[in-house]
Amino acid sequence: MTSVLYDAPGPKAKRRNIVYSVVFLLAFALVAWWVLSAMADKDQLAAEKWSPFVSDSRVWTTFLLPGLWETVKAAAFAVVIALPLGAVLGIGRLSDHAWVRVPAGAVVEFFRAIPVLLLMVFANQAFALFTDIESEIRPMYAVITGLVLYNASVIAEIVRAGILSLPNGQTDAAKAIGMRKGQTMTHVLLPQAVTAMLPALVSQLVVIVKDTALGGMVLGYGELAYQARTITANYGANIIATLTVIALIYILLNSALTRLASWLEQRVRQGKKGSGTVVAIEEIDTGVGSKV
Amino acid sequence: MFDFLDSGQYDLLGAFWVTVRLTVYSAIGSLIWGTLLAGMRVGPIPLMRAFGTGYVNVVRNTPLTIVVVGCSLGLHQTLQITFGGGDSADIGFRMAVLGLVAYTGTFVCEALRSGINTVPMGQAEAARALGLGFFQVLTLIILPQAFRSVVAPLANVLIALTKNTTVASAIGVAEASLLMKEMIENEANALFAIFAVVAFGFMVLTLPTGLLLGWVAKRVAVKR
Repeated sequence: MTSVLYDAPGPKAKRRNIVYSVVFLLAFALVAWWVLSAMADKDQLAAEKWSPFVSDSRVWTTFLLPGLWETVKAAAFAVVIALPLGAVLGIGRLSDHAWVRVPAGAVVEFFRAIPVLLLMVFANQAFALFTDIESEIRPMYAVITGLVLYNASVIAEIVRAGILSLPNGQTDAAKAIGMRKGQTMTHVLLPQAVTAMLPALVSQLVVIVKDTALGGMVLGYGELAYQARTITANYGANIIATLTVIALIYILLNSALTRLASWLEQRVRQGKKGSGTVVAIEEIDTGVGSKV
Repeated sequence: MFDFLDSGQYDLLGAFWVTVRLTVYSAIGSLIWGTLLAGMRVGPIPLMRAFGTGYVNVVRNTPLTIVVVGCSLGLHQTLQITFGGGDSADIGFRMAVLGLVAYTGTFVCEALRSGINTVPMGQAEAARALGLGFFQVLTLIILPQAFRSVVAPLANVLIALTKNTTVASAIGVAEASLLMKEMIENEANALFAIFAVVAFGFMVLTLPTGLLLGWVAKRVAVKR
């Protein structure tokens, strides 16, 4: 599609492209050399800064893997609790009764308009004041609460978009055979909407996983990003090596989720069963920047 | 209940001013960086295409927290790269903007790329038939139309960016969420009031942006 933007290169354009490539490569190499020489200057390329990640299995068993487990745990709890909440809010927003629709809309808009970090910090302090959750596990509760409140409102929008994406004929047909509104929703619309919104839900998981890192760095929840502190404290000042490895783990995990989401989207689009409508991942992630 | 506002101990407006400045600088930076990335990704040079694709896929899947903390702890504290010195608050601010630009640029790039796909093929074909080169096709024909159709997605990126500036508190930039954390710890009895005030501040920043740019998006959209 995008190749429509330029002609197939002729001999002259090919030569020019090579020149551009070389210039780009030189610029890239220059930046890389600058960074690497700065790292070499400060001893960051020394083997003992990086070798623990390959040779010392304890880095993985005591820090990285438990951290990853905490990340996955928080993300899983958040999504499991946020899903039903989001579904209720999303369906509530489509209600015929203003006294249901308006409050549901207000809740959704409120929690989407404020940063998730605010919610986490607030929840952390609220738990400290009003509950007797022990201080070691309090950050986890705070992180999950923040993620649930924020993502329930995002999921509400996904559910709403999923239901609205279905053809009108579905509702009309349900009415024609005498179904009540509740029956139409639970027997006709929701089952189809679930397949339509599955890809968007999976790609929302990426956002949740990324947001857990916030809880580690700001509230001290012992998830993957937090382990940067413990590892550098135990293995010498190797923050660059540590952050690189941690970032790689996140990238692998999130790439897998992203790929799963686009595979699901393709499957739903091509599937013979169901309405074939799908809540486009792109469409949803523009919903007040839920994916950013 | 709101007497913490009068104590003069907390510079709430100052903190939100830092949030606004973070947002504005990062927005300008990521718009430029994102446009460059999009240009690379749709361009004819394979090396730049590969770089653009690789960069977007890597950075988009990294938590912003890691990017910003990496800028601060890695670039600044370890490698002593400060981009022009100043006191630690200035450097922290600059590192936060750098991280936000590096991260948000990928989302700008993806939004723009989907905007480029909405421009009918005939436009580029006509431009090429006139003998325009790739750079001319992109800057004179495609991007002006693409930008008009991505105002709404870019507005959402901007809103998300506004909310993401709170991540800068992880490296100690004195913006609104850091002040909120400090206030909450000192004035525990005003917890709900403090949360309400700060949340209201963010809503004042994000909701009008969405409404205004939504209106702009409708005005400038290309009717096809």
